[in-house]
Amino acid sequence: MNGQDAAGAGIARRRLLMLAPLGVAVAGGAAFWTMLSRMQRGTFDPHDIGNPMLGKPVPAFNLPALAPNNGFSSADLLAAAKTKPVVLNFFASWCIPCAEEAASLAQLEQQGAQLWGIAYKDDPAKTRAFLDRYGNPYQRIAVDATGNTFIDFGLFGVPESFLIDATGTLAWHIAGPISDSVIGGQLKGRI
Amino acid sequence: MIPELGHFALAVACALAFAQAIIGIWGAHRRDMRLMAATPGLAISQFLALAGASLALVLAAAGDDFSVVNIAENSAIAKPLLYKITGTWGNHEGSILLWGLILGICGALVAGFGRNLPSAMRARVLGVLGGTSAGFLLFCLLTSNPFLRSFPAPVDGRGMNPLLQDPGLAFHPPILYMGYVGFAVPFAFAVAALLEGRIDAAWGRWVRPWALVSWCFLTCGIAMGSWWAYYELGWGGYWFWDPVENASLMPWLTGTALVHSAIVVEKRESLKIWTVLLAIGTFSLSLSGTFLVRSGILNSVHAFAQDPARGVFILGLLGLVIGGSLLLFALRAPLLRSGGIFAPVSREGALVMNNILLCSVCAVVIVGTMYPPFADLLLGQKISVGAPFFNATVLPLAIPLFAAMAVGPLLPWKRGRLWPLVEHAWWAAVIAMIVAGVSLIGMRVLPALAFGVAAWLILGSFAEVVERTLLFRAPMANSVRRARGLPVAVLGAAIAHAGMGVTVAGIAGMSLASNKIVEARPGDHFKVGGYEWTLISIDDATGPNYAARVASIAVTKDGRQIALMHPSRRNFESQNQTTTDVAIRTNLMRDLYAVLGDERDGSAVLRLHVNTLAPWIWLGGVIMAFGGGLSLADRRLRVGAPSRIRGAVPA
Repeated sequence: MNGQDAAGAGIARRRLLMLAPLGVAVAGGAAFWTMLSRMQRGTFDPHDIGNPMLGKPVPAFNLPALAPNNGFSSADLLAAAKTKPVVLNFFASWCIPCAEEAASLAQLEQQGAQLWGIAYKDDPAKTRAFLDRYGNPYQRIAVDATGNTFIDFGLFGVPESFLIDATGTLAWHIAGPISDSVIGGQLKGRI
Repeated sequence: MIPELGHFALAVACALAFAQAIIGIWGAHRRDMRLMAATPGLAISQFLALAGASLALVLAAAGDDFSVVNIAENSAIAKPLLYKITGTWGNHEGSILLWGLILGICGALVAGFGRNLPSAMRARVLGVLGGTSAGFLLFCLLTSNPFLRSFPAPVDGRGMNPLLQDPGLAFHPPILYMGYVGFAVPFAFAVAALLEGRIDAAWGRWVRPWALVSWCFLTCGIAMGSWWAYYELGWGGYWFWDPVENASLMPWLTGTALVHSAIVVEKRESLKIWTVLLAIGTFSLSLSGTFLVRSGILNSVHAFAQDPARGVFILGLLGLVIGGSLLLFALRAPLLRSGGIFAPVSREGALVMNNILLCSVCAVVIVGTMYPPFADLLLGQKISVGAPFFNATVLPLAIPLFAAMAVGPLLPWKRGRLWPLVEHAWWAAVIAMIVAGVSLIGMRVLPALAFGVAAWLILGSFAEVVERTLLFRAPMANSVRRARGLPVAVLGAAIAHAGMGVTVAGIAGMSLASNKIVEARPGDHFKVGGYEWTLISIDDATGPNYAARVASIAVTKDGRQIALMHPSRRNFESQNQTTTDVAIRTNLMRDLYAVLGDERDGSAVLRLHVNTLAPWIWLGGVIMAFGGGLSLADRRLRVGAPSRIRGAVPA
């Protein structure tokens, strides 16, 4: 009897062992499925490398204007965010993805979002030509000619965007262009 | 008209693949001879239909039919004809069609060469291949149709990514895919064996040549990819631990394990369950690699058009193929009877160790590649895993592997002793230590040790050959005669193992490479790696679809001019994209490697490298594949005339 039980236990163990590869594959498959469905909803982006300033207060800055608009400082930004969250977009005329996101930014503006722009390391004349060509969705535009503010925000390229909430915190961040699916996904109900 | 014919042929192939799957598996289950006999014909027709579809795409691309979306997006009138043809598989849709075509070729080959297989086995294998093919062709038709038309047709196409306009691209994907897809055949044999519920030595004998052929192609494909990155990207490196590279390395590692464990099944009827799992696992890794890269989950330099929606379809397909086969494995594998017993120190034991180490390396590569998306999903952490992780984890596993690899073939089957190893391979170990010791004088510890390991691998691999031919112990004529009588498989294994040694030497050499980034005006001199580099001039040039700036750099050593190099920077007007065209001069012991960077105010940025032993990295890969091919030749000879050679001259 005992011998048979032991043999039975051996076979059961063997069966369990042979199930292990399937278990690993199912777990992997489930994880990939979650990633894909969240990528489609825009709540998961493995390409996003994050931002060290996320969740921290807006760093202090005071930037000149892109004439004839007004420039703005961090104080202006905080004051505006008190009434309604501000989408702060870093862009440049020489950046191709910035042109790609122009249509989505225009849509964002039409939805009544507060959208402010900072032109990063760009010739003002070229910035103006860029806005003439692709449209100007920004309520206010400042010029970061030195790139110091860009560094203070912990950015690594353009376009990158933040959402600044009423407490003056950098509440959300995206590296890369804002697309319609981002507006309908991650930004939905927040602007 | 041609694209419609291609589209139709693709649909026909898909239907034939479904028929092949159902008739093959159902027919074998019912033991219906007529159904089983129909499968080879279906497999061959499916291949012909796919060949027709591929030909239609090539013809449409060569004829600049821009009403086909795929061609309009990836081709242009000004593109050279060669790239119009190779460009058909340089994009997502076309590469899926190539996948299908190669799978079709595999099916047709099994149908053609598999006449000696039992008919039920052949029907099941073709059925499984047909099912896999059906899934991929459906994917191609439904989500990635290369024949999709648009109206009105654009006047000219958007052109192809200039990085892909390179002769290397003509051969890299097809060869790599032959490796990936080829492992579908061992996979199909594994599933067929599980369906049948029986595995014996004959199964090992059938599977091994298919695994070996696929392995040779995959080895060549990876080596070519690495070489392409080296000379086309112009970063001066040969392996970046990029997810796509890792995705090709994973099935290579398990495939290498499979090639070895199948020997044990064939000779000793042991390790059967493990070998079946390896066959399933290798193809699963090939498939997963394709999926992960195209779904956009992994970040990579290989930017296929990434589309999560497409990813969901492939994931479902993978679930069916991988999940289904592993479920079958879980149900049937416990019932398989295990065979011969062996001692830990024996040929089998050495091969088990080889398998454990190879699979551990594979596991490490999987962890490193998959950690970033999983850490992001589960922990919300943004992390990237790079070369330091892989180097630190793969190296400790590779060293015992290399140590065992050279002498494993010296061990006898069933039961061996360690002393004869020392007896037969001591000279290789001594020379390897001398090489390492001498290297230590001029360089850091790690490269010196790596040179020692390389010498050990190259010499140790031939220890069996030396032993069996009594080289240096018997008269030369006697040794030559013995060498003629040597089974080609022994020679093939020795060559393949030595190839690994050549690659290790190349990698060790590359770690000694020197490079310098300089800002230069014409007339400036620089000293890099013991060579004198002089920038002579930078001129304009035009190509068929690009404008270029070409630098002339003279390289001299001890006052003698060695090379005049012309690195260039090409600007492709239609895509507004710039590529660097690296200049490489090699003498097999080192590469002179020059890259022309940006220019400003009459001065240019130059990157100058002296890459020691760089060509050995890829040469080793080619040698490995050659060794594999040689063993393959032996099998056929042995099946045809088993004792002719030995019978002629008594040793």
